[in-house]
Amino acid sequence: MGVAARKVTFGKVLLYLFTTLAAAFCLLPLLLMVIVSFTSEQAIVRNGYSFFPAELSLDAYRTLFENGAEVARCYLNSVGITAVGTVLAVIVTSMASYSLVNPSVRYRNGIAMYFFVTMVFNGGMVPWYMICTKVGLTENYFALLIPNLVFSPFNLFLVRNYMREIPLSLMESAKLDGANDGQIAFRIYFPLCKPILATVGLFYGIAYWNDWWNSIMLVSNSNMYTIQYYLMKLKSDLNFMRNLQGGGIGGGFPPTESLQMATAVVTIGPLILLYPFLQRYIVKGLVIGGVKG
Amino acid sequence: MKTNRYTIFTDIRRNKAAYAMLIPAALYTFIFGYCTIPYMVIAFQKFSYRKGIFGSDWVGVDNFRFFFGSQDAWRIIGNTLKLNLLFIFFTILAAVALAIMINEIRCRYFKKVAQSTYLLPYFLSWVIVNYILYGIIGSKYGLLNRVIEFFGGTAINFYNAPGYWTAILVVAKVWKDLGMNMVIYLATLVGFDDELYDAAAVSGATRWQMCWKITLPMLMPTVIMLGILSIGKVFYGDFGMIYALVGDNGVLYNATDVIDTYVFRLLRSTGNPSQAMAIGLFQAIMGFLCVWGTNYIAKKKFEEGALF
Repeated sequence: MGVAARKVTFGKVLLYLFTTLAAAFCLLPLLLMVIVSFTSEQAIVRNGYSFFPAELSLDAYRTLFENGAEVARCYLNSVGITAVGTVLAVIVTSMASYSLVNPSVRYRNGIAMYFFVTMVFNGGMVPWYMICTKVGLTENYFALLIPNLVFSPFNLFLVRNYMREIPLSLMESAKLDGANDGQIAFRIYFPLCKPILATVGLFYGIAYWNDWWNSIMLVSNSNMYTIQYYLMKLKSDLNFMRNLQGGGIGGGFPPTESLQMATAVVTIGPLILLYPFLQRYIVKGLVIGGVKG
Repeated sequence: MKTNRYTIFTDIRRNKAAYAMLIPAALYTFIFGYCTIPYMVIAFQKFSYRKGIFGSDWVGVDNFRFFFGSQDAWRIIGNTLKLNLLFIFFTILAAVALAIMINEIRCRYFKKVAQSTYLLPYFLSWVIVNYILYGIIGSKYGLLNRVIEFFGGTAINFYNAPGYWTAILVVAKVWKDLGMNMVIYLATLVGFDDELYDAAAVSGATRWQMCWKITLPMLMPTVIMLGILSIGKVFYGDFGMIYALVGDNGVLYNATDVIDTYVFRLLRSTGNPSQAMAIGLFQAIMGFLCVWGTNYIAKKKFEEGALF
């Protein structure tokens, strides 16, 4: 098919056209957000949101960095929780995975079932909330760190499937040399699992960074808001004000349109920076770990 | 001959370190998974926080009767099923089409860039998507209304018009999930045997014919498997998505309210966890039946597709 493939055909033009259109469909909405954040407020008020703003401006970012104490605090909360949570989650997951592939643990399949059952059947939101309040996971940073996020059976099975490919002879010979399971896990297995741990770490990291569910359910102290929840609240408060037809509530002016967008752009900043890794490891991890889970 | 029964305790005694490493995950699953199950009985109670699950008064199936007797019930169940089925259908359709097209493209560089672009929205939170959506359909400054006005139409206040929201939600869902689904299908496609295509080319088949006769049929098992997996979750509304995009905008509930957002509101506003739990229990049972049923089908049709 070598020769045929080189020809420019109608089908080929269509192919490139459709895939490019799909790329535009995915990218343009994001681009709009970025452009609006760099648009001057007057231009927005006059012409609305546009890909080709009448006037560019850095005002939104300037305001954000000069007066954004609240934003900065929420941002730092998110950074801290994401960092601590991701490390914790990866450790919890990889330790459990090791025990699930360890052949001397004879009940390992039963234990895997134990993790699996609650994935398909559990009490849902209402008991979850009651349990969180009962065990003291409200109004503190642990409430943002532990519920929902610190362990996912899906990731557990992803790591387990990867660990299964490691030859058992490695574990056996280490045991003959007198190593215990803890040493084998941390010194041999986890270093060998770096690619899948990176994948799983990124999954956890994104879940932590993007989470607002724990904030909305378990935390009411605005000092502990994460950046996602801050953004969410900002939007709903603005809608509320708008519905009151400009009835003044709270102090100060509502943030301008461009400032809102700038805050959103800053929030996706880390994702964009990490994007090359995200893409590489997540695609790889899914292919290696098997979609079947 | 003496036989000692090998129980879980023997196992623990012999593998102390391995079991110790299981503790955090097992504890987490116990507290947030298994401990939720006994709470389901409050669906049959008039629960009061003061009296707890052991002391609250029993009311039989009143909470269920209340829910299924209301108009809300069929609206939210209908919305949940309708939205989820539309999400599944359009995401699969778009992702399969795109995966096949990307697979046909020979320019590696283009392929790579395109793929990265498709995947980008997947990593954004729905809160961010809400900002983007507002930028597009917002009534005052939104891009779409500007375009409508430019062509001489009158601006539409989308946040006041539930009729548009089924479509808006479907587009938003496809936008966000397209890339991830495509990557999965593409990974399957890349694994196909080239010989088949070579043989087809020798017998004079066009690329178009190969698409229909080879690629698509070979992709079908993956499509069906992933479709079945998502149908198993059809009773669970995407709370994160819908609450982030719609919030507490009651005007839109007719089109957007799903079981999960309804339960959330019930839990927060009325402080009546029993009613919320009754709906949650109904959802858990239906959800379980769906997963079990779809898994049964998956097992029968293709052995590798089964989850358990």
